[in-house]
Amino acid sequence: MSQYVLRRLMIAIPSLLGISLVLFVVLALAPGDPFSELATNPNVPPEVQAALRAKFGLDDPIYLRYLHWLSAMAHGDWGFSFVSRVDVDTLILQRLPATLYVIGSAQILALLIAIPVGVYAATKPYSLFDQIANTLAFVGFSLPTFFTGILFILIFSVTLDWLPFVYSTDIKATGIRWVLEMIRQAIMPVMVLGLFQAASMTRFVRSAMLDVIRLDYVTTARAKGLGQAKVIVKHVMRNAMIPVVTLIALQMPAVFGGAIVTEQIFRIPGIGSLLISSILANDTPVVMAVTFVFACLVVLFNLIADVLYGWLDPRISLR
Amino acid sequence: MLDKELRSMIDKVADGKMNRRAFIQRMAAVGLTAPLANQILALGGVAMAEGTSTYKPTKRGGGGALKLLWWQGPTLLNPHFATGTKDQDGSRLFYEPLGCWDPDGNMKLVLAAEIPSIQNGLLAADGKSVTWKLKPGVKWHDGKPFSADDVVFTWQYTKDPATATVTSGVYRDIVVEKIDDLTVKITFPKPTPFWADAFVGAGAGQILPKHLFADYIGSKSREAPTNLAPVGTGPYKFVEFKPGDLIRGVINPDYHMSNRPYFDTIEMKGGGDAVSAARAVIQTGEYDFGWNIQVEDDVLLRLEKGGKGKTIYAVGGDTEFIALNFTDPNVEVDGERSSMKTKHPLFSDPAVRKALSMLVDRESVKKAIYGRAGRTTANFLNGPEKFVSKNTSWEFSIEKASKLLDDAGWKPGADGIREKDGKKLKLVYQTSINGPRQKTQAIVKQACQKAGIDVELKSVVASVFFSSDVANPDTYPKFYADLEMFQIPLSQPDPSQHMRRYLSTAAATKENKWQGTNFPRWVNKDYDEAINAADMEMDPIKRAALYIKANDLMWQDTVFIPVQHRLKVEAAANSLRPVISGWANETDNLFDWYREE
Repeated sequence: MSQYVLRRLMIAIPSLLGISLVLFVVLALAPGDPFSELATNPNVPPEVQAALRAKFGLDDPIYLRYLHWLSAMAHGDWGFSFVSRVDVDTLILQRLPATLYVIGSAQILALLIAIPVGVYAATKPYSLFDQIANTLAFVGFSLPTFFTGILFILIFSVTLDWLPFVYSTDIKATGIRWVLEMIRQAIMPVMVLGLFQAASMTRFVRSAMLDVIRLDYVTTARAKGLGQAKVIVKHVMRNAMIPVVTLIALQMPAVFGGAIVTEQIFRIPGIGSLLISSILANDTPVVMAVTFVFACLVVLFNLIADVLYGWLDPRISLR
Repeated sequence: MLDKELRSMIDKVADGKMNRRAFIQRMAAVGLTAPLANQILALGGVAMAEGTSTYKPTKRGGGGALKLLWWQGPTLLNPHFATGTKDQDGSRLFYEPLGCWDPDGNMKLVLAAEIPSIQNGLLAADGKSVTWKLKPGVKWHDGKPFSADDVVFTWQYTKDPATATVTSGVYRDIVVEKIDDLTVKITFPKPTPFWADAFVGAGAGQILPKHLFADYIGSKSREAPTNLAPVGTGPYKFVEFKPGDLIRGVINPDYHMSNRPYFDTIEMKGGGDAVSAARAVIQTGEYDFGWNIQVEDDVLLRLEKGGKGKTIYAVGGDTEFIALNFTDPNVEVDGERSSMKTKHPLFSDPAVRKALSMLVDRESVKKAIYGRAGRTTANFLNGPEKFVSKNTSWEFSIEKASKLLDDAGWKPGADGIREKDGKKLKLVYQTSINGPRQKTQAIVKQACQKAGIDVELKSVVASVFFSSDVANPDTYPKFYADLEMFQIPLSQPDPSQHMRRYLSTAAATKENKWQGTNFPRWVNKDYDEAINAADMEMDPIKRAALYIKANDLMWQDTVFIPVQHRLKVEAAANSLRPVISGWANETDNLFDWYREE
């Protein structure tokens, strides 16, 4: 087992290096530069633009810039944003709480909907409940979040005037009122994202349950005279949850990575909106850092999932 | 004749026989804009009037919170590193210049005590120096006194090449010296008709505290803690800054203007897009003010119905134009496309250029896209810094354009596309990705098609189009297309900087890595002469005539097809009384904002 973990770790390190190299090269070759705004500003003489480029090392060859970045990163130096001249780690830490709160809540909401609905639908396949659940799930993941987001805003903010649609990181209230305000402003983005996630997850849970429910040991359990609830919860669900847990583990990076579209619509100052504004501004160090963190999380959670597999099914780690 | 008339008008104002307001209105009628008209009066020996204020509150504070929505949030708070006006706006909440421009183009004093004029001896009659008296008793937010040292330091800081400020163009050629604690003198290398550029306005004028920045001049400039936590002299004190997301400030109880500011706290939220910003201000009233609402007019009209806010407009000088390429984008000479050694195969016929101008339906573009935010125009120069020529006109007529082409020998071929000597009238027309621009493209394309011109539309992501990336073929200075459309924002209320861009010597070429500013690569000796003469011309009237001539030369040669003179559009709560000037940044006159229930 420990050898298996070690082996997996050994694979993770070169893959991270590979990912960082690919990211860096792609970003370096991408068109545009962080000082594009300055190009139309007559107050900026060309030599100042050249000085800025030299100062930020934009004119060095790619391999040199990559090595710089790699050695700095190894020392825990993430570099600084060209646009705001703030250290990248500060920027990311500033954005992380909003992302974790909103996207995390949405994931929890998705789970709270998907598991019961998926399980119940699987126990009564092709029943009316199953058909409705399936239809809704289908509609749910067919509607993109930018559409439902605007729909929600028009209904709940504009027409009904119940909820604010600009997410504020600076609520002027304390105690219980602060908590209530935080919940109030998160309702729409959490719903939009949570329902979207729940839709696809429901279908996944349902099919995982159906795979197991038809197995012989379930029939045996029923034949022994166990009650329906006990069969479903103790025998079917436990086994069906293995792929579901994997799916959730692999979605964890998304919680940290933010939801770009939803964050943009509701002005949530999260990682996703940081990433998109940095891409638009060609702010390479920030894009590099955010995407690399994202890659690290994917690799990490893959590793965790692999280890979990090995633990759940010892045959996997022996192979 | 214009010369004489203007001179006698200036004399009349000087003698008190003519009201200065009437003068500025007359000047506007001949194409001069207000800030410039004022500076002309100043150099003509008439003291500049100070901008009047509409501010009503009779005590400081008590106005509650002011919530501003900037759909592109400020990302740094050092105005001299600003990329885009959003950063200047954010910094301007805290830092201040000596003066700024009000909506009428008059100067409003901020940190200066007096407007320089020839009468009070502060402005040299030869235009080679100006002396500024500073307001006494002004304090930085940390309690240290503001003095001439800070002004001199700001100059040293910005002109230092190692600091690499984006405002260095304004400061590198001037000399600033301290006369005493409250007096500074600026010396110009040559007669400078536009003397109120340094230390005025939000763009380059904001003054930094010496005691906090002195250790961070030059290569250490990025390390200054005050880059993120400004200590200024402004109406609001800094509280918190999250780049791209939020700026917070509280009232400065020691502010140097009486009864100001009105609001107790200020918040500037960033992010999102213009449409939803308009919605949050106009429709739901979550915010008091929305910046730069570039939204189609019918959307705004719909939002305004029964809304809690409205749109407001300020006249500036931004022109949306289509530029014509005078070189051939499809032929490579010495490894360079659009080389100065080539001539555009189609546009070398003036009839084609004229016909194209006739095929741009400015009125339809205004009706369908810009609405209240646009004005049709035939001039490249429309605004604050510019003289608006009366000698030009535009016309939309497919028939006349067709006739023009027919007469010039461009006959429709079998496919309906005109051709002459085997050359077909096929054009590539590029712009940045942007709703209104792409709709304008479609309107132009349709008219061209009817006249037998085939137009291929192309749109490039803005971050590429406006970049200085030498490796990319799709940037606007490279101009590897026949036509391109955008606007170049005006950064100061004077035409000199803007018009120098199109000197023959400034052509963007491979040699200067396309850093040249003359991207149409238009060469005209008369234009060069007019601009160079205007640059040195201290006689304001002659100078005016030179810029009008320069604009008319561009019009005669159809270098640019001006599409719209664009106004600034902002969204404001019905109760808010913001002061927005077409020649200033949105937050420049913030000290005069208040709310009226």
